[in-house]
Amino acid sequence: MKIGVVTFPGTLDDRDAARAVRIAGAEVVPLWHADANLHKVDAVVLPGGFSYGDYLRCGAIAAQAPVTQAIVKAAEGGLPVLGICNGFQVLVESHLLPGGLIRNENQHFICRDQKLRVENVDTAWTNQFELNQEIIIPLKNGEGGYIADAETLKRLEGEGLVAFRYVDVNPNGSMNDIAGLRNERGNVVGLMPHPEHAVEAGFGPDKAGTMRSGIDGLKFFESVLKQVVNA
Amino acid sequence: MPKIIVEIMPKADLLDPQGKAVLNALHRQGYGKIQNVRIGKRIEIHLNDAPSAEDLEGAREIADSFLSNGVIEDVVNIHVED
Repeated sequence: MKIGVVTFPGTLDDRDAARAVRIAGAEVVPLWHADANLHKVDAVVLPGGFSYGDYLRCGAIAAQAPVTQAIVKAAEGGLPVLGICNGFQVLVESHLLPGGLIRNENQHFICRDQKLRVENVDTAWTNQFELNQEIIIPLKNGEGGYIADAETLKRLEGEGLVAFRYVDVNPNGSMNDIAGLRNERGNVVGLMPHPEHAVEAGFGPDKAGTMRSGIDGLKFFESVLKQVVNA
Repeated sequence: MPKIIVEIMPKADLLDPQGKAVLNALHRQGYGKIQNVRIGKRIEIHLNDAPSAEDLEGAREIADSFLSNGVIEDVVNIHVED
């Protein structure tokens, strides 16, 4: 089981994503932005950061990178792809997921442990969760406000394409409290919060009674392992 | 050098945080009459020769497909400057 982790110029969380993949039990294959060869990986993670300095729009230039063009093609053929934070912005800019992400409503960069509800478990990246399970993983972004036109929102809600919703606090003004989406096929998932930062006790969000012990993010990576083994 | 100018604005019904921050700063400086400020982008595409109709068509294409994102922005003007 090989999972590719993409590095663009300005990517920050590729090493944490690679660590999460290893902890889940898969082999990591580093993928470089300028190399269109996906090296026969079974799945891809687009990590967070500030690819190309967020120039033009967050994710817009990364969406045109050779590796992304190859990923878009493979995703259309069913390759599991997870976009985290800037990776979610790349998925939106490459039209693998609909809508757009704009600056947080209150204009501040937000960094907090965020509660989410898993609203769809029929995806490559969420099949190990229970439906409506509440999880806590870190959120850290400046441009995480999800928007889409009324028609798109209606379709997302009607077809069950909202994968994650913010609970208790909507940190960035996202429409319908949307934190993450899936595509129709369920192989592509994107979200603003960071599952890769909550995979190992001692380094995750606080839990009641125990500091930094939250590992709710690990199930994302365990899900894709399960999916690929069963495929 | 001839240039094609592409002007892009955030959609009218979306919050423009940059514009809002500038408006607040202007009000602090005493310019209370200013009702609103919105900030967009001006992109200059430089060419060696005066742009042909085809060049302009190409500029319109990249303005819609890459330079702007139709979900959050509008291309408000494309014109040529010398």
